Amino acid sequence: MYLCLFLFPFFGFLVSGSFGRLFGKQGAAFIATFCVCCSCLCSFVAFYEVGLTSCPVTLSLFPWICVDVVESFWSISVDSLTAVMLVVITTISSLVHVYSISYIKDDPFLARFISYLSLFTFLMLSLVLADNYLQLFFGWEGVGLASFLLISFWSSRLQACKAATKAIIINRVGDVGLALALFCFILIFGSVEYSTIFSCSSKVAFCTFLFCQFKVDILSCIGVLLLIGASGKSAQIGLHTWLPDAIEGPTPVSALIHAATMVTAGVFVLARSSPILEFSPVVLFFVSLVGAFTAFFAATTGLVQNDLKRVIAYSTCSQLGYMVFASGLSQYALGVFHLSNHAFFKALLFLGAGCIIHAIKDEQDLRRIGGLAYLLPFTYSFILVGSLALVGFPFLTGFYSKDAILEFSLSNFSVTGGLCHWFGVISALFTSFYSFRLLVLGFLGYPNGFKSFYKNCHEAPLFIAVSLIPLGLGSLFIGFFCRELFLGAGTPFWANSIFIYPVRESIIEAECAPVILKQIPLFFTVMGAAVSFSFIYHNPIITYRFLFFNQMFRVFYTFLNQRWLFDRVYNESFAKAFLFFGHAISFRIVDKGALEILGPFGIVFIFPGLSKQLISLQSGRVYHNVLFIVYGLGFLLCSPLFYSSNGCFFLISVGCWIVFRVF
Amino acid sequence: MDSRFILPAIIFLFFIGIGGIILNRRNLLLMLISVELILLAVNIQLSLFALILDDLIGVIIALLVLTVAAAESAIGLALLVVHYRIRGSISTDLLRLLKN
Repeated sequence: MYLCLFLFPFFGFLVSGSFGRLFGKQGAAFIATFCVCCSCLCSFVAFYEVGLTSCPVTLSLFPWICVDVVESFWSISVDSLTAVMLVVITTISSLVHVYSISYIKDDPFLARFISYLSLFTFLMLSLVLADNYLQLFFGWEGVGLASFLLISFWSSRLQACKAATKAIIINRVGDVGLALALFCFILIFGSVEYSTIFSCSSKVAFCTFLFCQFKVDILSCIGVLLLIGASGKSAQIGLHTWLPDAIEGPTPVSALIHAATMVTAGVFVLARSSPILEFSPVVLFFVSLVGAFTAFFAATTGLVQNDLKRVIAYSTCSQLGYMVFASGLSQYALGVFHLSNHAFFKALLFLGAGCIIHAIKDEQDLRRIGGLAYLLPFTYSFILVGSLALVGFPFLTGFYSKDAILEFSLSNFSVTGGLCHWFGVISALFTSFYSFRLLVLGFLGYPNGFKSFYKNCHEAPLFIAVSLIPLGLGSLFIGFFCRELFLGAGTPFWANSIFIYPVRESIIEAECAPVILKQIPLFFTVMGAAVSFSFIYHNPIITYRFLFFNQMFRVFYTFLNQRWLFDRVYNESFAKAFLFFGHAISFRIVDKGALEILGPFGIVFIFPGLSKQLISLQSGRVYHNVLFIVYGLGFLLCSPLFYSSNGCFFLISVGCWIVFRVF
Repeated sequence: MDSRFILPAIIFLFFIGIGGIILNRRNLLLMLISVELILLAVNIQLSLFALILDDLIGVIIALLVLTVAAAESAIGLALLVVHYRIRGSISTDLLRLLKN
């Protein structure tokens, strides 16, 4: 069954990718979807077996790389952490498959699209099912590749191609970090297996190794490298710029990337590497700092984005920040819990956004839609559910994880804890603002679109609706059902899959925190919603007047709308510098310059000249020839070689050899 | 006379011969004469060393060289005559058919 779980999506990818033409578009799509749904069923069983009855499973399929001490197997290893990821990935993925059947219906390359989706799922499964870092790295690179293929699915659009290139390149920056961490594992532990590394990590805690004569703390070094890797994949600040651009792909792709698969990999790796991170307070500090800044940054940026999908993309970035700083505060289980909850409501939001875009002729500018609540009540209700779950409305899914994260950071009595808490709370305020802004601009406000939008506006078709319903139910109830299982004090669910240094357990403090402090996020959320309603819904004129006539406010608005100028800074400093290096230095100076002079090309040019000079010595005059003979003899007589017995013998034998060769 | 003075004289003679070949740019006949000079120098040296080392082989070789030199100069002069008959000149400057 575990093997089926692993290989079904791959089978679906092969069939719909290779023979999709034979089955027709719909046929291929149905086959792939069926395969992924089977995988989903298997993963539910796996969740029951591994998570609920606590029976971790490891299957070694076949050896992959076995050299010297390093052995890595293709394997399927399921423990609680993996089981949660499995359920999330396969559920969201199968719903996205079902959704895509209808959403991409008119595209001639539906089979290719579905096969990419299946490939994505398979690679993500191989990432989470790994029992060593090498297979994890395979999945890690694989999902990067699959995201590249999917983002640039409409490859005739320049923007899509650019976004895909950006995604894969920025991901590659993070991948370098993970690859270096992998090398560190091999260097220090002599192994890439989780079990070996994790059981040895306490032994090497606070040990150092020499790197360029600098003493480097082993686990801190590895932890920072893992953090870089996770930042790339999970779009943490610095390497986040690819994520908002990834909305250029079809909407189901965004749902898959932003919700279930791609971006969760970073958080998953952090949770998986908990035995390493736990022994390095420095890294935990960095992780929580990065996460908190990302949450704050993305939330502020999301406030003023006008693209429907971009708003949701920034909310993904922000929520990932929450997960990462939860990991940084040693609350890995909480991070993973938020991850699974977030997967449901973010997929719901994206797929709902897809419904809107589908319904009104691919318009996704928030300023040019509006008043859709009356036309698309079904979509509206689901996006409302998703948004409420996202802002942490009490008793919805987001509430149980997001507020728990804030509570735990509050109860973490350290500077970082307080910092994270306040960043998180302010981000919650912004989150609620932009979520309700989206609702107001999209559904409640005046219809701002063209007449043709509304004339042909239609409610979601069957498959789309079918795939939204489970997500909506999940967004409503998952948090409530799973809270005690995942987070309850002393829950046996996580078993050994997550390690928390006992000092950093703060569940009791979190439970005993004063209620008034626990309600801060709720207060801020309500405030954000109120501000959003009052400024965007009731008094838009005042807001825009404020925007147009207040210089400082406008500068601020532009700064946020330009996404903190990250892209611009990257383009003008890094991209330009690298392009300059690529052309002026590595191409013009090195390739065309030095290598052409010193390399084979230069030698080819130099030697004819030299040989011409040599030839010109042979003038054909008798006395010149004689002169050379005399020179030769003189040289021979002067050379010390001639007077040593061996040298004399050598010269004589060479002379004899020449004489015999000539005559 | 002491061989200390004769030996440099002979070597000087030898180098005069070589210089005659190298520096002479016009006359093929002079070149032949210079070759004879070199052979003469070698001959004298052979005889001298035969005397010094008290070994007759040097004198024998000197005799052989004498005959070889005679034969060589005869053939060289014959070639010279043929060359003169064809080219109308014995200038070595004109012997530049194998340039470059």
